Amino acid sequence: MAKNPISFQMDLDPADFLPATEEEKQSQVIMRDSISFWKDGFRRLRKNKVAMVSLAVIIIIMIFAFIVPQFYPYSYDMQIKGANNLAPMQFSAAEQAIIDAGGSVFPHFFGTDSMGRDYAIRIMVGTQISLLVGLIATAIILCIGPLYGAIAAYAGGWVDLLMMRIVDIIYTIPDVLLIILLSFALDGPLKALATVPGFTWIQTVGTNMISIFIVFALLYWVNMARMVRSQVLTIKQSDYVTAARALGVKTSTIIRKHLMTNCIGTLIVCATLQIPSAIFTESFLSFLGLGVAVPLPSLGSLASAGLNGLYTYPYLLFIPAAVISLIILSFNLLGDGLRDAFDPKMKK
Amino acid sequence: MSEEYLVNIEHEKLSFFTPAGEVKALNDVNIHLRQGEVLGIVGESGSGKSVTAYSLIGLTADPGKLISGSLYFNGHQVDQMTEKEMRKIRGNEISIIFQDPMTSLNPVYTIGNQITEVITLHTNKTKEEAKARAKELLELVGINEPEKRLKQYPHELSGGMRQRIMIAIALACEPKLLIADEPTTALDVTIQAQILELMMELKDKLGMSIIMITHDLGVVASMCDHIAVMYAGRIVEYGTTDQVFYEPKHMYTKGLIRSIPRLDTDEHQRLIPIEGTPVDMLNPPKGCPFGPRCEACMKICLKQNPPITEFDDTHYTYCWLQQKEAMERLAADSSAKSSGGGEA
Amino acid sequence: MTRYVLKRILLAIVTIWVVATLTFFLMNMIPGGPFLSEKAISPQATAALEAKYGLDKSLWEQYVTYMNGLLHGDFGLSLKQRGRTVLEIIVTKFPVSAKIGGMAVLISLVLGVSLGCIAALHQGKFWDRFISVFATLGIAVPGFVVCTLLSYVFGAKLKLVSTLGLSDWTSYILPVTAIAFYPTSYIMRLMRSSMLDVLGQDYMRTAKAKGLSGTKQLFKHALRNAILPVVTYVGPMLAYTIVGSFVVEKIFVIPGLGGSFITAINGRDYTLIMGTTIFLATLVILMTLVVDILYKIIDPRIKYD
Repeated sequence: MAKNPISFQMDLDPADFLPATEEEKQSQVIMRDSISFWKDGFRRLRKNKVAMVSLAVIIIIMIFAFIVPQFYPYSYDMQIKGANNLAPMQFSAAEQAIIDAGGSVFPHFFGTDSMGRDYAIRIMVGTQISLLVGLIATAIILCIGPLYGAIAAYAGGWVDLLMMRIVDIIYTIPDVLLIILLSFALDGPLKALATVPGFTWIQTVGTNMISIFIVFALLYWVNMARMVRSQVLTIKQSDYVTAARALGVKTSTIIRKHLMTNCIGTLIVCATLQIPSAIFTESFLSFLGLGVAVPLPSLGSLASAGLNGLYTYPYLLFIPAAVISLIILSFNLLGDGLRDAFDPKMKK
Repeated sequence: MSEEYLVNIEHEKLSFFTPAGEVKALNDVNIHLRQGEVLGIVGESGSGKSVTAYSLIGLTADPGKLISGSLYFNGHQVDQMTEKEMRKIRGNEISIIFQDPMTSLNPVYTIGNQITEVITLHTNKTKEEAKARAKELLELVGINEPEKRLKQYPHELSGGMRQRIMIAIALACEPKLLIADEPTTALDVTIQAQILELMMELKDKLGMSIIMITHDLGVVASMCDHIAVMYAGRIVEYGTTDQVFYEPKHMYTKGLIRSIPRLDTDEHQRLIPIEGTPVDMLNPPKGCPFGPRCEACMKICLKQNPPITEFDDTHYTYCWLQQKEAMERLAADSSAKSSGGGEA
Repeated sequence: MTRYVLKRILLAIVTIWVVATLTFFLMNMIPGGPFLSEKAISPQATAALEAKYGLDKSLWEQYVTYMNGLLHGDFGLSLKQRGRTVLEIIVTKFPVSAKIGGMAVLISLVLGVSLGCIAALHQGKFWDRFISVFATLGIAVPGFVVCTLLSYVFGAKLKLVSTLGLSDWTSYILPVTAIAFYPTSYIMRLMRSSMLDVLGQDYMRTAKAKGLSGTKQLFKHALRNAILPVVTYVGPMLAYTIVGSFVVEKIFVIPGLGGSFITAINGRDYTLIMGTTIFLATLVILMTLVVDILYKIIDPRIKYD
């Protein structure tokens, strides 16, 4: 230890030894701004490059799926004569003649399928259908799951017990088996219903699609219900809610302020991750021939049809497969980003 | 150098390199401890008291790096040791008791498993011998029905019981040094006293040294020989327990002492809290870190770090108020009027 | 413990019953009966067939008969594969599927757990990023895409392995890889995050402070805690494996239960569909039961209430 007491000889200004003012003291304290939960979350989300790129990809895919088909010169069920099985960017003999004569023909970016339909528009419409399946399924789940979970948690007692036993049972039922079974069983009744005026849309969507939605409504909400229930229970017992109650805060305010902020983050994340899972299931079922009705394409049914000509026209399979993977990947990555940003429990 | 010290930390500088920037967790920290002595390190959370002790057995958390200084234990330079050499010391010659007994035991193994593990690791004892020793240790730390406890899982025991188990694990190999990191913070007040008493009793029985890390001055007063007061990664005052309690020199130490409830005064005194918030270690102030919170803060305090002032072999502080110039001005002032927070 | 196990068994039985009942009534909702599609059968023949399969009785009687049959392991006769009982078909087809599925489960557990650990231990470094990218892609690419891609590249283009049937051991490689793809990726992610969580726990610091070596800290103290979430995933994973087998057996033409189920659907073989569904559902439910009980054994904290 260096022993030189008070021999720290420097040119010290005696004036420096006068008391400092409060302002001088405070100028040294740098306080970090406190920011709200949502602001903080969005800031973190914006910083997350992977999530932002995923979001951009999702938006681009949505534009191609929902807006571009409105202006596209071909339609998904239009069969172009003599243009069967064209390779990407290739023209049929008739189209080539028009071009040679100085006319212009809109190119087939992804070629055509065996029935002479432009594959690019089929992919776009297929993407639209797949996305709609994902979004509608998630919307259904979002309606049922949180409500069921919240009721169970609030009711408590034997109501809670019974409701959760039902959830346990549903949880162990293999979902895909039930979808297959249901789409099979509902096929006839729904077809009959489709002839009734006002229900003809069922014909277009396909009875299988309705079955898929029914199964989603029946089975897929259990996870969300469980989550919301445990969330509500935790919050109900948490110290800050007790504190809020002790301070005389109204129940409605507690629900709005504490419960919503705590649950909505998790719900958004859950919903974002549910969309790809629904698309996944639909594409799988379409692949097995249990998806949307012909001639409506979905990415899964396109891939399934592409399988038949795999060795000669591999792009007919690989393009829809790539689009499915891209959609699922983007939603998963965005969901991960949202969780990192908004799930308070994940905060390190 | 200094074979006489069991622990000798000299000019330790340690930083955490976080994504947000470098956090200078320790700045020129010196610690000396003889065999059988008890040192208390006092300070608020984030002051670097745990980091100091952890660095001694290489438990510094991941982005932390020793910048300079040297750490000796029992004559060996710890910071030069390989991981393998360190492992022989950990749990054997230096043991740690952590703050939260609820989370410091592995939930999926029995108590017996977790105690015998450390015994078989550092000694040549067989499983049966280790088990017998574990039973002995449980009796030593005052746990009844040791046979039964050995077969239980951590979640089946109370917090106080678990902390006793942690002590048993720490003492299993009769260490030369025991680091107690806020061992009683997570416990009920009645249990706190029991645990502290137990530690002192075992210290006398086994002749080990203890580094007691706490934010509670009341804890150190009764059991420590020396006290180091830390603030923002620096030791701001160091001395024997009597010196620190009866002749505190640094304004932070004085503040800490004033904030302890006292039972020995007749009059009804209000506790005086220390105003302000702890330092943001990412953006520390330029001068004395305590400056912005110090009631006697001077202009120089905000510009320059204070030099050391040594009062005798054991007592020193880093405070501008102890410098000649400040003393002179204060003397001049006090002849005019009496100051409230004056000298002890 | 015993009470908990009994309760779980009871719940499993109820679930199996719900599934069986649901299956039965859904199948019987199909209008016209199973023999509608067969052309030019005389009313007498139809009546005879319906009598043979018990379809002339009331729905309730049929239900009781069917359930009673199930209790005795009787799944009825296949409608399309004349002379064979559903049970026979399941018994011959299932071992093939089980073999491939079992291998896939084993591989995904071993690979998923070890790679997940490696990623967690190298957090933020090259291997972590590499494994994480792989895992993220793995759960985004549907099984049938993996399947066809594998068979296209390794079977058709490189001609390294057989892509049809199960002639020799190399023909197992692609189907097993295809089924294991998703669960491996999922377990990797699960294992990585749970391992990171465990590594930050206080008891890991205790383990280090005891002087334990890195391997011992990892294998004894971290792994057993970190693997708990993976154990709970084994139940759902089994369901994935079965679903995966549908597609894989279709693409690789494997004579397993999944392929037979698809054939039954396309051929409207009602009794076989019913039987297979109930069989597979029971399998998943029972496995989930086993996993749940196993979980309680590994994690002593869970109370059996």
